[in-house]
Amino acid sequence: MYGYEFFVDPSRCIGCESCVNACAECETHRGQSMIHLDFIDRRRTTATVPFVCMHCDDPTCAQVCPADAIKKTEDGVVQSSLKPRCIACSNCVLACPFGIPKVMLGPEQMMKCDMCYDRTSEGRRPMCATVCPSQALAYVPADQIRRERRERPTNVFRFGNQRVTTRVFMMAPPGREAVSVDVVDYMWDQEG
Amino acid sequence: MLWKEEFSVHAAEERYVTRRQFGKFLVLTSLGMLAGNLWILARSLWHREPRLPARQVVGAGELPVGGVRVFRYPGPNDPCLLLRTAEESYVAYSQKCTHLSCAVYPATDGKRLECPCHEGYFSLEDGRVLQGPPPRPLPRILLERRDGGLWAVGVDPGTRES
Repeated sequence: MYGYEFFVDPSRCIGCESCVNACAECETHRGQSMIHLDFIDRRRTTATVPFVCMHCDDPTCAQVCPADAIKKTEDGVVQSSLKPRCIACSNCVLACPFGIPKVMLGPEQMMKCDMCYDRTSEGRRPMCATVCPSQALAYVPADQIRRERRERPTNVFRFGNQRVTTRVFMMAPPGREAVSVDVVDYMWDQEG
Repeated sequence: MLWKEEFSVHAAEERYVTRRQFGKFLVLTSLGMLAGNLWILARSLWHREPRLPARQVVGAGELPVGGVRVFRYPGPNDPCLLLRTAEESYVAYSQKCTHLSCAVYPATDGKRLECPCHEGYFSLEDGRVLQGPPPRPLPRILLERRDGGLWAVGVDPGTRES
């Protein structure tokens, strides 16, 4: 599936949780869903955002791992932690700007979305992208998404001074080069 | 930074070893081995046997022939056995078995020293191993007669062939 990329479009998400359940059916992490389906502001709106791992070019989770357990393979996919190495210290959970890694208390290991590595590495689409009815999660060629959608894909994120480029694209309004995330600002909004 | 190269985030880089890296590893470990061997050589050249203080073995005269007595030499935590083999003949050995430091005592036949832990036996004449797991002979305490008393004057570890 050369040229296929992963696109996340929060504006298309209808909150059906198909991706959450499809993810849990994946062979490599049976029963455990790696998708974060976030409600933006549950009191005022039904809007939801599905979050898969963005697979950063310079993954912060792997940089902070004291046990050297998180590895990025040559195809740009940041893998789940290696079971023999992970010490479940939660450093990656705290460091990830997108809040993706989960520490599983049962096996005492961090697990996260690995873009269905068993599927995508042999040319099949990730579980979540196959079931998403509104294609908020889409695994399609880059030229196709540019042709079919009004929103433009971007993979540049700004968290204050940290600039993060990722392998997974976020669909942003046209004319927006990078997505800036001001976490403190959002926290302020919610309090007010 | 070197540690970032060695513990790379990228799976392929982590396993990759360059020829230069491997050469460096070989040279550095060889140098380390050389330095260690030189240090051992220098130590053995300059090493001197420590001179132990002479200490009187109290109560040697009262010991019957064939009798045994425990005394401490050279320190208070080094138990030793004094054996009177004849009227004017004494021998003394460290009481710690050279295998696992159990206390040795004379065997019932009176001709050997026995370690009960693993049935090691030592000769009464020179402390050599007769049987069992001990790897070295018992260290022998050197005795001397001074002013009518018996004095311990040193320890022969018994490991050197001479």
